[in-house]
Amino acid sequence: MSIEEGAVQAHEAAANAPTAGEYIGHHLTHFNSTGHPQASIIDFSVINVDTLFYSVTLGLLTIFLLWLAARKATSGVPGRFQGAIEMLVEMVAGQAKGIIHEEESRKFVAPLALTVFVWVFMMNAMDFLPLDVIPNIWQQITGNHHAYMRVVPTADLNATLGMSMGVLLLCVYYNIKIKGFGGWVHELFTAPFGSHPLLYPVNFAMQMIEFAAKTISHGMRLFGNMYAGELVFMLIALMGAAWSASGTGVALWVGQVLAGSAWAIFHILIVVLQAFIFMMLTLVYIGQAHEGH
Amino acid sequence: MEHVLGFVALAAGLIIGLGAIGACIGIGIMGSKYLEASARQPELMNALQTKMFLLAGLIDAAFLIGVGIAMMFAFANPFVLK
Repeated sequence: MSIEEGAVQAHEAAANAPTAGEYIGHHLTHFNSTGHPQASIIDFSVINVDTLFYSVTLGLLTIFLLWLAARKATSGVPGRFQGAIEMLVEMVAGQAKGIIHEEESRKFVAPLALTVFVWVFMMNAMDFLPLDVIPNIWQQITGNHHAYMRVVPTADLNATLGMSMGVLLLCVYYNIKIKGFGGWVHELFTAPFGSHPLLYPVNFAMQMIEFAAKTISHGMRLFGNMYAGELVFMLIALMGAAWSASGTGVALWVGQVLAGSAWAIFHILIVVLQAFIFMMLTLVYIGQAHEGH
Repeated sequence: MEHVLGFVALAAGLIIGLGAIGACIGIGIMGSKYLEASARQPELMNALQTKMFLLAGLIDAAFLIGVGIAMMFAFANPFVLK
């Protein structure tokens, strides 16, 4: 065998078995409308098809489950399913009542909070599926073994920032509805520091920073938690992948099982907590829009 | 290039380590205050528990975002041109 042939074979072997960096990079690439990885950080012409598909599917599933509970609801002795949904609805209604005092707004905001909570929970819970199952099935279906697919919609910044911007729009809507357009503009220029012409620019700047910070941190918090969680699952999967490649492999295999179970159990807490926090912050931000300064 | 890789490894360690210090101190202070408060007024325990978990999530978030960024630096290093 010549040196070039050896080099070619080594190169092919390297291409077949991805390195740790390649594996992670591949798993962090979206299946998007362009067909190849997104090149620049911000590119509004790219649509992440996988994020859209999973978020819409899970949203429909959420609606279907809640509709099922509502359709079969009985005033007699409730079954387990109805009981669970009732507890959920009562919990959200209680939180909404504590934060938003307007009866009229609650008719819309409480169901919104319930939708947000269940929907975000379902999207976060996609993290519990074994990391490679759905991407592998997708690669088998398409016949392309390098097909990209990410299954956790909330680990995509586009989805979470989209939702937090929806909340921002609702804040603007309720600000105008409750205080009137004039009242809101008055508040924008006079709110934190007081009504004095010299303070108008400072007040306005503070208000704008507050809105931007609220929206970005709202989206980033959910994204960051889910992204980090997904990455840790990938690292644990890599530990299992290194099993066959090394002599001390069995320890790695045991380590993967232990670390995977431990992280999955801890992740149950994070998934529910982050969905709850997203819901609570939605309520708090919309509640702030109801309060005059 | 090697020294860039070294610095990025150090940075990833610092991001995770310093973030962990902050998050742990925060959670520790909050947990101790929660236990103190619920020992003084056990009837407030349920109301405080919800708020405590909410705050735990808020405190944890900055740290976990840091872990995510550090992991990205470690495995999909944007500072080294390919």
